Amino acid sequence: MTTTGEAVRLDRVVFSYADTMVRFDVTFDEGKVTAIMGPSGAGKSTLLNLVAGFEQPREGRILVGGKDVTGSDPSSRPVSMVFQENNLFGHLDVAKNVGLGRSPALRLTAADRSDVDDALARVGLGGMANRLPRELSGGERQRVALARVLVRDRPVLLLDEPFASLGPALRDDMLELLMSVQAERGMTVLFVTHQPEDARKVAENMVFVEAGTISANGKTTDFFGDSGPEAFRRYIGSERG
Amino acid sequence: MQLSRRDPRIAAGILALAAIGILIGGAFLGLGVEAWRNPEGAYAAFDSYLFRVARFTLWQALLSTLLSVAPAILVARALSRHPEFPGRQLILRLFAVPLALPAIVAALGILSLYGRAGYFAGALGGLSGGSWPGIYGLSGILVAHVFFNLPLATRLLLEALQTVPGDQWRLASQLGMGARASFRLIEWPAMRAALPGIAGLVFMLCVTSFTIVLTLGGGPAATTLEVAIYQALRFDFDPARAVSLTLLQIALTAVVVLALMRLGANTAGEANLSVTRRSFISARPVEKSFNAAIILIALAFVGGPMIATVASGLEADLARLAGEASVRRATFTSIVLASLSATLACALSLSLVMARRALAVSRGAGEASLLERFTDTGAGFVLVVPPVVVGAGWFVLVRQSIDVFALAPFMVIAVNAVMAMPFAVRAIRPAHDAAAERHERICAQLGIGGWNRLRLIDWPVLRRPLATAFAFAMALSLGDLGVIALFGSDAVQTLPYLLLSRMGSYRTADAAGLALLLGLLCLALTMIADRLGKERPR
Repeated sequence: MTTTGEAVRLDRVVFSYADTMVRFDVTFDEGKVTAIMGPSGAGKSTLLNLVAGFEQPREGRILVGGKDVTGSDPSSRPVSMVFQENNLFGHLDVAKNVGLGRSPALRLTAADRSDVDDALARVGLGGMANRLPRELSGGERQRVALARVLVRDRPVLLLDEPFASLGPALRDDMLELLMSVQAERGMTVLFVTHQPEDARKVAENMVFVEAGTISANGKTTDFFGDSGPEAFRRYIGSERG
Repeated sequence: MQLSRRDPRIAAGILALAAIGILIGGAFLGLGVEAWRNPEGAYAAFDSYLFRVARFTLWQALLSTLLSVAPAILVARALSRHPEFPGRQLILRLFAVPLALPAIVAALGILSLYGRAGYFAGALGGLSGGSWPGIYGLSGILVAHVFFNLPLATRLLLEALQTVPGDQWRLASQLGMGARASFRLIEWPAMRAALPGIAGLVFMLCVTSFTIVLTLGGGPAATTLEVAIYQALRFDFDPARAVSLTLLQIALTAVVVLALMRLGANTAGEANLSVTRRSFISARPVEKSFNAAIILIALAFVGGPMIATVASGLEADLARLAGEASVRRATFTSIVLASLSATLACALSLSLVMARRALAVSRGAGEASLLERFTDTGAGFVLVVPPVVVGAGWFVLVRQSIDVFALAPFMVIAVNAVMAMPFAVRAIRPAHDAAAERHERICAQLGIGGWNRLRLIDWPVLRRPLATAFAFAMALSLGDLGVIALFGSDAVQTLPYLLLSRMGSYRTADAAGLALLLGLLCLALTMIADRLGKERPR
């Protein structure tokens, strides 16, 4: 229960897939929430996939807490990730889905089991341990994913539009939960979202990804201020009127 | 997506490919060694007899295809125009039965109907003025092949007709299109697109047909390459001739398979068919009765041998048969060998499916590697080498070093497993790939791999498709006569082999009883496979 964040650095990373090429050179501060915004196909998810280890850079290094993790397996990186969907295994109950965060063979000690119960209670799913994912609402499923993040206890959390398919009220609830969990654990959070208000609410820092590279990087308040980056203002233009 | 490079799934796929490679490679080695040892003999075997056999093989396949597919066009059209036809669902289900029936059972059913002593012998004798000689030779082969392939072609053509959107039918009836116009403008174009693939598939099945020709073909005048291979090995002890025949057979099937691939045919055949109702067709009374007649004739032709199988099977002294030690032993042997064969087929197929998926994921957008392509289509290549060919190769290879007949169980298990793979892969792959798509990244993140992944993640999802594949592979292996005909002996007998030997010694009633038993076993397995495959898990 003592996660503390570690800085994430992409050091002159180059990655190409089919016809697209991305270049990232950026550092995410430890223990902070950074919102990642940008148009579809700009490379936001690619950035997260590189940090998580689902993609390998062609050039450059990826460092977490100063340690080079380039080339290491996704499971051995100090990172957890929550996707928009398919975070859970449909045939396993909630407790097992969370338990997999502790042991990939699902061999859990008594201590592990009580940690799973604590995590479920923390995300507001106490008493739902034996439900199957199909018996849960979309919001509850993402809570299970978050409970697994707690059990996994890694210093970096990657969120790839995890609340995009939820309604506004549910999304606010989830953002509240995310903020309080982050305040307790102090993990470094990279949060990809399409919603400017999400970013405003939870993120201290922001980066703007455009055409496969980071075109702006700074405090969220600066982004939304009058002197915010031109490209970002164009992107959210309609909202600002 | 770049995942772990030391993925055990890829290792499993390589292992499966190696096993298939050894089985088929061993057969080719046997043929090669024999040809090298006795080149004059192999060369001399390319004589007029061999070419006559090759010509007959192609000729009967061509006739069978024509006689199966042309009527199927009429039957499929009739069924498609009358969605309300009484018992239509039942007819379609009945048309699926020949696919599950072992060839030797069908052959026996046809003999007990049209044979010298068959139910129709009296009537047919009266018609032809004299005593009915029985349906042997080309006519017998054709009747049997049409029995198998007319329903298959009908179902496939019906499927093609069902791809016509409902709006087109509504439009046609609004515009007042008659039977002729809607055939020319709607039905024929839909069927024509599917026709080359269907005809190719039927032709392929008839070129490699072994059991039908063995049991219904008469003497050297009506023999195909596969049966000639069997005779060269089992009766003439002429391996040189077997080698020449086998090489010719491989060349022939390779040409047909290549042509089929060009035509985009689905060489694994289709077992399931969704039947949607549609009622925008208004047919005139004349057309209605014509269509009804077509359907009833087809029904009689397909249903007849099945009824004859049951009727003549029930006439046999079933109680005595069930008590016979040889029958019990053959049943036991059959079930054990078929279970092992189906297990092997599932293991091989699952390995290939998992490896293909893992390779496709790890390459991302790049070119598919040679290995990936093998895991993709490897299962299909076995179609080029029919069971009898693989069996012949191994027979020739090992005949001087060990007792050939001791090899029987292994050959039956291995060859039938590989032959069932195209079907098994088709049962497993869609479910596996859909689940893998959902689970790939989360498994990588949580470090769930190898045995843990198989046990916790893949097994629960794949249990059902695997059971389908297993039941189907078991039915296929249970009814096969090709390999056991070569390797069978008094020591190792399966049900089809016992059936063949009872037929050979003119114990027709025994044979009919065994055919009923074998047919019911295979039918039950196929129904289980069908049921498991259709129900959605959750």
